[in-house]
Amino acid sequence: MKENVGTLADPTPLRVRLALRDLDGVTLLALPAVLFVVALFIYPFAYGFVLSFQPKAGNWLANYTKFFSDPFLYDTIGATFRLAIPATLINVLASVPVALRVRHLQYRRLLTAILVIPITLGTVLIAEGLLIYLGPQGWFNRVLLMIGVGKIRLVHNYTGVTLSLILSGFPFTFLLTLSYLTGIDPSLEQAASTLGAKARARFVYVLLPLLAQGLAINLCLSFVQTFSVFPSAVLLGAPAGDTRVISIAAYQAAYEQYDSSMASAIAMIMGFCQLIVVVVILFGRSLAYRGAASGGKG
Amino acid sequence: MAAEKSIGERLWATAIWALVTIFILNFTAMVATVVINSFGTRWFNAWLPAGFTTRWYESAWNEFQLHDVLIVTFEVVGAVVLLSGLLGVPAAYAMARRNFPGKQVVVLLFLLPLLIPPITFGIPLATVLYQAHLGGNMSGVILANLVPSVPFVVLVMIPFIEQIDPRIEAAARVFGAGTGRLFVHVVLPLLAPGILAALLLVLVRTIAMFELTFFTAGPGSQTLVVALYYAVYAAGVRAGQSIDAMAVIYMLTTLVWLLIALRFVDPTQIVTRVKREAAV
Repeated sequence: MKENVGTLADPTPLRVRLALRDLDGVTLLALPAVLFVVALFIYPFAYGFVLSFQPKAGNWLANYTKFFSDPFLYDTIGATFRLAIPATLINVLASVPVALRVRHLQYRRLLTAILVIPITLGTVLIAEGLLIYLGPQGWFNRVLLMIGVGKIRLVHNYTGVTLSLILSGFPFTFLLTLSYLTGIDPSLEQAASTLGAKARARFVYVLLPLLAQGLAINLCLSFVQTFSVFPSAVLLGAPAGDTRVISIAAYQAAYEQYDSSMASAIAMIMGFCQLIVVVVILFGRSLAYRGAASGGKG
Repeated sequence: MAAEKSIGERLWATAIWALVTIFILNFTAMVATVVINSFGTRWFNAWLPAGFTTRWYESAWNEFQLHDVLIVTFEVVGAVVLLSGLLGVPAAYAMARRNFPGKQVVVLLFLLPLLIPPITFGIPLATVLYQAHLGGNMSGVILANLVPSVPFVVLVMIPFIEQIDPRIEAAARVFGAGTGRLFVHVVLPLLAPGILAALLLVLVRTIAMFELTFFTAGPGSQTLVVALYYAVYAAGVRAGQSIDAMAVIYMLTTLVWLLIALRFVDPTQIVTRVKREAAV
């Protein structure tokens, strides 16, 4: 009767056919959240990308040529990498041995709770606290003076920002490493132990290959976080000197020069740098072992 | 495992515990410095201040208009918690119960705002919000803070929902409950602990969310953490002790909620659970 081709070959109504592919009223519950993220995350990102090619003056690439020809701007990339790479490596590498110790600990939950506090307090508070604590009159320098090391300048420079990145970043990398480590089936390690492997061999040949995926993700997340350092680089560093990071340049373009096109261009460059490093890490990871960490008949 | 431990292994273990102790010790000392300074009269060239007073709290309260700032903070946080729950929990339910085509893309869509740092997407987002005349006021701050919060609720809730036996819902369906009644009378009561945990974490995250609020807030819509940033940024104008009094108030507002949240969630469980679900 109807000229619907589908009804001839397939008498089931469209509703049922969609439901068979798991598209029904329940699936629609996801729609508001999806639309929200598209409207306020995907759209602004695309908008910023397009806007970065519509500069206030000059041709469509003017923002990018300006960025890469002005040392005051392009030096921020180097400054950010100099801060982010050491802090990321310290955080991730230190998290592995600590997590290895902590996972069998009776008071694991208490320790993780203590370590969550720095994440919760956030970078602004840590910057304010470190300004006094590491300052010339602070306890840290007083202790150094007492044990005969002498005073060290630790704030308003590179060291201050690095220390704040470790203080706020380490708990996060640690919790992530601990999660991945507790996800590894303990019977695998017990089997290696039964076969006579010492702690070091168990780590190198059993745990490390299984942990590689988690460590790669941890490196990516931790790098991306430290690369976008902002409040502590301003408050605790030398924002006109060696901690003039790329986020400061983006902020100044947006809120001091009111050039949202240039600010978007810098944000895109920042995102691109993060993407490059993530791709490099994940590519490096793909050269290593891949497989299940849950044991059983792998 | 191996009962005997060599000297090397013991040294290694000691070194690691020393590292953890140094970390916690320095962090505690840093927090203690802030707290002591906020109660101190004059602290110069000594281990402790010359005397103790509470007057900095009064001056911080007046100087930084903390009354208004706290009200704004709680209004923003309350709205973010409520809206991210309303948007996130139904979405998580759909994601947990249905395997619709394109689900991987939707998962990626929810992962991106959590993986990309707020500074990177905050500037384009603020530009768009200002163009829509939503920047510089409370609605802009709330919308910006929802961007990472909604995906966070979705991703935290999915494993919680997957743990619930679908046969309970099937039984409710047999007795004639529609999606709406099923949600209100069956799913929500079962999910209450999970929702509570997810929303408490959103609450803590939103109080501490600096970048997005900083980019979108105007003079009347600053939250506590942004006000604290401006105070530290302009340090020298005000007494350091009253900035620290404000920092202590900020710490208390976050830590109280964190301690409540930690009673309901083990922070390491989130990743592990997701991983186990993925492995099945």
